[in-house]
Amino acid sequence: MSEPLKSRKRLSSLIYSEKARGVFAQILVTGGIAFIAWYLISNTFENLANQGIATGYSFLSLESSFGISEHMIEFTPADSYGRALMVGFLNTMKVSFLGIIFATLIGFVVGVSRMSKNWILSRIAAVYINLFRNIPVLLQLIFWYTLINNALPSPKRALEVLPDVFFSNRGVLFPVPADHPAYFWMGVVFVIALVGVWLLRRWALAHRDRTGQTFPYAWAGLALVVVSVFITYLVCGAPTEMSTPVLKGFNFKGGAKLSPEFLSLLIGLTLYTSTYIADIVRSGLLSVPKGQEEASTDLGLKPSQTLMHVVLPQASRVMIPPLTSQYLNLTKNSSLAVAVGYPDLVSLSNTTMNQTGQAIEAISIFMAVYLGISLVISLFMNWYNKKMALVER
Amino acid sequence: MSNIAIKPPSQSGIVNWMKENLFSNKLNTVISIICIYLVVKFLAGVVDWGILNAVFAADASACKAASDGACWGIISEKYRFIIFGTYPADEQWRPLLAMVWFVGLIICSLLRSFWKLWLLPLWIASLIGLGILMWGGVLGLSYVENTQWGGLPLTLMLAVVGTVAAFPLGILLALGRRSELPLIRVWCVAFIELVRGVPLISVLFMASVMFPLFLPEGVTIDKLLRAQIGIILFTSAYLAEVFRGGLQAVPKGQYEAAAAMGLTYWQTMRVVVMPQALRIVIPPTVNSFISMFKDTSLVLIIGLFDLLATAKVAITDPVWRAFYIEVYIFVAAIYFVFCYSMASYANNLETELRKGEQH
Repeated sequence: MSEPLKSRKRLSSLIYSEKARGVFAQILVTGGIAFIAWYLISNTFENLANQGIATGYSFLSLESSFGISEHMIEFTPADSYGRALMVGFLNTMKVSFLGIIFATLIGFVVGVSRMSKNWILSRIAAVYINLFRNIPVLLQLIFWYTLINNALPSPKRALEVLPDVFFSNRGVLFPVPADHPAYFWMGVVFVIALVGVWLLRRWALAHRDRTGQTFPYAWAGLALVVVSVFITYLVCGAPTEMSTPVLKGFNFKGGAKLSPEFLSLLIGLTLYTSTYIADIVRSGLLSVPKGQEEASTDLGLKPSQTLMHVVLPQASRVMIPPLTSQYLNLTKNSSLAVAVGYPDLVSLSNTTMNQTGQAIEAISIFMAVYLGISLVISLFMNWYNKKMALVER
Repeated sequence: MSNIAIKPPSQSGIVNWMKENLFSNKLNTVISIICIYLVVKFLAGVVDWGILNAVFAADASACKAASDGACWGIISEKYRFIIFGTYPADEQWRPLLAMVWFVGLIICSLLRSFWKLWLLPLWIASLIGLGILMWGGVLGLSYVENTQWGGLPLTLMLAVVGTVAAFPLGILLALGRRSELPLIRVWCVAFIELVRGVPLISVLFMASVMFPLFLPEGVTIDKLLRAQIGIILFTSAYLAEVFRGGLQAVPKGQYEAAAAMGLTYWQTMRVVVMPQALRIVIPPTVNSFISMFKDTSLVLIIGLFDLLATAKVAITDPVWRAFYIEVYIFVAAIYFVFCYSMASYANNLETELRKGEQH
């Protein structure tokens, strides 16, 4: 074979080799991404240098000099931006946590009602689902916010729906027990008691598997929690002092407050997400074959036992993955707080970047936080799916 | 013996139906009575407020006098602003025509008898036509800057262009995620998971605040386009996951048969896999479009005048300020009609496609 022919053949075999083309494609794509990234980053640094904006996260320790209306940890304008973002993160967690609980409760009720044999109840549930699902959640929460601000009276004419519970356009005020160390210790004991219940349940299930005897761990656990927390209350001096809201001038002092921003966000997120949860509950319950219920009834299980030990465990395998992703959606949607002025992570990041000009840093922080939350949730999902996977054959 | 079937007791008739579906036992009877009472009370209230005591004329003082009725006058007064934003009044037929055309096109694209290849060039031509109609400046149309666009046309455009442009991108990402080439797979997974992990608002913030920093000095892209790019990238990550579901639903034997026939990777995808996968993903794609349609309302946070933003502006008018409920109901009704009809369509199609699979 002559030399040129040989080299041409080598070249053509390279072109037609799938492996070589694969390597080439990967180099091309990675190179392209690297080039675009380099181009954008170099532009960014140039622009920042021209505008005289410093890069880096050192602004986090600077004094924020703005106030935050709602904070779960102490916060004053003298505190740093970093602490302000922490306050925002906790506020995000607070509204998401409560939203998840209420959306789940309402979603279960509506989902079960939707499946009811009672025609009118099922229709009402269907109307509820279609109505709140097909209107943008942002529109819903802006609507609730405007409604609370305009339809409720001023603090001076606040509606006293229950003794010492006031509804006004400044939000809902209600009495809470005044600050006392007893409540801290009750919380500690409560957590310890929960661990105790978990251990009790483990023992009870192992005991059942070993001997066949059941132990009512749910009731025993409930008693354990209630009694231990109550004893702590008595030991710590049984404080009875209450902090009640009182009208002073144009506003209320004392008590605890649910602000209009918080309420509208919570109501909007809850109603919107509950429609999705209702559908998940419905499809989960429908996914359990009817024969399962019939068989368990024939075995003599009570309806409650059938539900707890036969239907729900099977339905939850179908329900938990989409439920988790709805919880994640609710948490991400809580970032719409910025539209009604609830100080969540995104809206405080927004304030921070308006004051400092550190847009990239501020956005990167809240994106990283949301990514972190997503990551934790998907790790949980993987663990759960592995645990619940049907072992076949 | 003759085996004459005994006729079952009549199941029809309104009385029987009610006995079965409303009053089958004590608990059901109680629930039904409570529900009927609440529904009647609610509907009566709505009719009283929304029709009997309502004011339909655009007359603010008449509205204020009728304190226990709705004031639909604000809608007759403001509907053009809410729907078209600040688009010049004499030219509002242009966005109207564009909307009607696109709604028609969407309906056609969703009907199975229209699923032909010419749908693709038609879409491309329509998008170009949309640009000409909205911007103008040629064919004797006066030029309208896109800072003046607003209302429903803007909302529809962000969602439609967002989904249509994200479609090919999503297909590529889905193929990349299932590719056997490790580096390509890693890039695609990284992009998809990154975008799906963050809220849309952060992508919009990036588009409005960070994007200008990425470009070389002197080059600027206007805010609407930046938001549109952000929405396209965001949607493509979600569509990629939808397509991945479709690709996974195509049986492995199909890939193997195509390989056995000597088809290349791209031939296999184009002729064998995609036609089957795309059919499966149409219902979830419609659902993804619906959520995009709802989520475009978020652009109001970065200062664009979509349907929700124009509604908010309409009620800042001091004369009409008190009638915000009517405006929000009006806008919610528009969103609802679009979303609900598309969702019902997707549901029907899904059941229909599932029926086809069973034999």
